[in-house]
Amino acid sequence: MTFINYASREINCKIVYYGPGLGGKTTNLQYIYDSTAAQSKGKLISLATETDRTLFFDFLPLDLGTVRGFKTRFHLYTVPGQVFYDASRKLILKGVDGVVFVADSQRERMDANVESLYNLELNLKQHGYELDKLPYVVQFNKRDLPNIVSYEDLKSELVRNGEPIFESVANRGIGVFETLKAVAKQVLMELRKNSGG
Amino acid sequence: MTTPVVMYEQEYEQLKNVITRLCADANAKFVFLVDKSGQQIAAHGEMLNLDTTSLASLTAGNVAATDGLAHLIGERGFPVLSHEGERDHMYISKVASHIILVVIFDERSSLGLVRLRVKRATGEMTSIFESIDSKVARERDVGVGFDSPFAEITEDDIEALFN
Ligand SMILES: Nc1nc2c(ncn2[C@@H]2O[C@H](COP(=O)(O)OP(=O)(O)OP(=O)(O)O)[C@@H](O)[C@H]2O)c(=O)[nH]1
Ligand SMILES: [Mg+2]
Repeated sequence: MTFINYASREINCKIVYYGPGLGGKTTNLQYIYDSTAAQSKGKLISLATETDRTLFFDFLPLDLGTVRGFKTRFHLYTVPGQVFYDASRKLILKGVDGVVFVADSQRERMDANVESLYNLELNLKQHGYELDKLPYVVQFNKRDLPNIVSYEDLKSELVRNGEPIFESVANRGIGVFETLKAVAKQVLMELRKNSGG
Repeated sequence: MTTPVVMYEQEYEQLKNVITRLCADANAKFVFLVDKSGQQIAAHGEMLNLDTTSLASLTAGNVAATDGLAHLIGERGFPVLSHEGERDHMYISKVASHIILVVIFDERSSLGLVRLRVKRATGEMTSIFESIDSKVARERDVGVGFDSPFAEITEDDIEALFN
């Protein structure tokens, strides 16, 4: 939920990275954290299992700078992708302003992508949101691996409505900031729309 | 997108006053207000190096998780969460429908005292948040949006953020 603070002249927005387990959501946040200047970021919090699987969420606060005199801050969250953590995923979507769906391009993960996307729609609905009306971008991750599904096939399976698509190799940072920028832009444009601009 | 949460200068000052007083009256180390989605609203206290942004998101996660637990056993929620440490303790309670109050205290205070002081302050804070809500509703009714600084944002402004 966007939080506009006229007292401290700050605007905070919440972006959630969603997608199947091991798809690269946490890796996106780690890369953003590693390549952002210290004064523009807070701590990266990872509530993870001993094997580095996300247990509840990752959280990274990011200062983008000032727009019209307001400090603009994005709170990035990831959900746990493993199927049985659904209750936690639902909680994290509360108050979301924009979603990044991180798909795993590997052939054997195609079913997991489809299931996770379906799960996203369902959980959004329970909060009263619709994916089609939310700032939303799709990332095809792991484009460096040999056994991947073609861009066209991924697109026809996972992309619905002309939402922006980014190909990425998250552990090398390829496509990571492009993805973030695209969703952040949509969130800010949505704010403009809602304020009658 | 849902309506943004808004904080105005006047109400912010009022809230600051309430939590400052609460901190003193309860002999607490730190008092903190956060909204349920993890946005920090106001803070007061002596723990200068506390990472309040992390505190906000973890508090919201904690409350969301325990509310989830409550629903599982047929409860509407747990209005109060209390965490006891070796030195410092946390008392977490709900203020308005979407606001969480956190009080951190040590042996200079007690759970009983904190509970008592929080009760009084909660009433005051609830009415401040109600006044924000009605202000937002009023502005919406007269159609000024909520006087958002984003009404006139351009693509160039957004581009510039990333450079
Ligand atoms: N080859 C390759 N490996 C990647 C890429 N992105 C992430 N990985 C690796 O994939 C593994 C899983 O990545 P995570 O970021 O932990 O996945 P996640 O989506 O957060 O997984 P959950 O927390 O279980 O939901 C890690 O070992 C990453 O280094 C990529 O683009 N290419
Ligand atoms: Mg993860």
